[in-house]
Amino acid sequence: MTMKAGQGRGSDPDLWRGPSRLQRYKESFIKGLLATCAYISILTTIGIVFILVYEASKFFREISVFRFLTSTSWSANFAEPEFGIIVLLSATLLITAIALIVALPVGLGAAIYLSDYASARVRKVLKPILEILAGVPTIVYGFFALTFVTPLLRGEILPWFAPLPNLSIFNALSAGLVMGVMIIPTVASVSEDALYAVPRGLREGAYALGATKYETVTKVVVPAALSGITAAFILGMSRAIGETMIVAVAAGNLPNLSLNPTESMQTMTAYIVNVASGENPAGTVQYQTIFAVGLTLFIITLSLNVISHFFVRRYQEDY
Amino acid sequence: MSQSTQSPQQDAPAPKQGGDFNPRTGSRHWAARVFKLMVFLATISGIVVLGVLLVDVAVSGIPRLSLDFLTSLGASSPENAGMYAGLIGSLWLIALTALFAVPLGIGAAIYLEEYASDNWLNRIIEVNISNLAGVPSIVYGLLALGIFVNYLGFLTGGTSILSGAAALSLLILPVIIIATREAVRAVPGKVREGAYALGATKWDTVRGHVLPMALPGAMTGTILALSRAIGETAPLIVVGAATFMTFTPNGPTDRFTALPIQIFGWTTLPQQGWEAVAAAGIVVLMVVLLLMNSIAVTIRNKTQRNG
Repeated sequence: MTMKAGQGRGSDPDLWRGPSRLQRYKESFIKGLLATCAYISILTTIGIVFILVYEASKFFREISVFRFLTSTSWSANFAEPEFGIIVLLSATLLITAIALIVALPVGLGAAIYLSDYASARVRKVLKPILEILAGVPTIVYGFFALTFVTPLLRGEILPWFAPLPNLSIFNALSAGLVMGVMIIPTVASVSEDALYAVPRGLREGAYALGATKYETVTKVVVPAALSGITAAFILGMSRAIGETMIVAVAAGNLPNLSLNPTESMQTMTAYIVNVASGENPAGTVQYQTIFAVGLTLFIITLSLNVISHFFVRRYQEDY
Repeated sequence: MSQSTQSPQQDAPAPKQGGDFNPRTGSRHWAARVFKLMVFLATISGIVVLGVLLVDVAVSGIPRLSLDFLTSLGASSPENAGMYAGLIGSLWLIALTALFAVPLGIGAAIYLEEYASDNWLNRIIEVNISNLAGVPSIVYGLLALGIFVNYLGFLTGGTSILSGAAALSLLILPVIIIATREAVRAVPGKVREGAYALGATKWDTVRGHVLPMALPGAMTGTILALSRAIGETAPLIVVGAATFMTFTPNGPTDRFTALPIQIFGWTTLPQQGWEAVAAAGIVVLMVVLLLMNSIAVTIRNKTQRNG
């Protein structure tokens, strides 16, 4: 085939001219179709924000935001209903605190062991098993908390072990402990990523100066990974706050403003489930309250997730 | 303090020429050994609790299991209760959820990896997807309740399988997108460049080369996401799934129940025999999850050996 100077696209029928017009339209159509799939995710967020704000605003026309935030009792079904979110929020935070007391040491400890102590063979076995903890459905954890942990603490399982014989059947402590177990994998895996990102040079410098492994880990590696570990902590907190089934089954369904974990109390998520599964048709105040509580929940977890992303970016940029 | 050379064997706490430096090697190594034990125990304790949980459920639940249990629609007493309604309901839910979420998720992932330019809109989409992945599942239930059950009730039949599947699809969509993006990103650039060099269009390249190579990884992520959806309870309760049902749904606009919802219902009943029924239900649920996860892991291992 000879090159003919000065001739354009249409002249040599043997030269390929690129995709035909039909093909180009097809390409644009497909690109548009796939883009629509991606934009659905924006629609989802818009939908969530819209429905929460819209229904909650109907509620806030009856009850002022100030009363919602400051009242100290929650009695939705009384003749003079009171809606103080503090009651539900305190239960959520108390159970979350118990969960974090369990999950932070155990998760961080497991992350340290897996990243700095365990051999590759041991890691290959133990890591997937820890991941299984994350795959257990939360209703199973709720069942476990109600039918095993609470009786165990009350002394009904092992006759010689009864630390809290007067523990209420529904209580915040069992729910918090089991929730802690549930978020161990979250804390462990984010912490482990952070520990792994610490450069070997830092560790080796410490060893070269004569530090033991314990000293290297606690005085060099963990402080270097602190932003990532903070991210793990915040992410665990966010998961615990948004968790529903463990608390709905094991912590109780009566709103109770108390800091005593042996009492039963109702969290924000348990409240939503309780009202939604009852007879509360759309348009009633009770129906609208679940959106107000849901909006509070969404704002809290979204803020925590954004803050934890910030901490993850910090340690990723450091190294 | 003046420097002094010391022989490497000296580790006794005797004052040396350079000063009173005491390396306390003995107590420091002892502390190191204690710490190693502590972190090992931390790792093991999570696994031990998991083991106790599984044993507790198995001991209570396996005796109650039987073919009758799987095929019965009873719901009035612990003796005649069965899982059939939940099994059929969950089957319907997963089928519809897969139908909605898988094409949407894979499509979105392909767009974001292959077609999208790096402008502000696409970056917002990416941030948005990772935020959606962290939203509590109950919020998806509220979304479905407000929009699919109430406002779009005429389309979905109100509290129906469609509304439940909508909630679950939106819930696992971010997970599928993220997993598929990783799989697409793992396809080597040379494959694409070879195709373009031969004159293929973008869609030709994606459909004929990138997608087939990314599909096993995407499938693994998708199956894991679907198995998470099977175990989800909170969004379905909010949408209005029935906790006790004695009939199976006939179509996507019917009311429904699901495996985890039945377990929830049985767990909350105070009478004696229901605990065993709930435990048996949990065993069935865990077996289903185990099956799905094994399929996902098998796909991943098979393709890792070939790839």
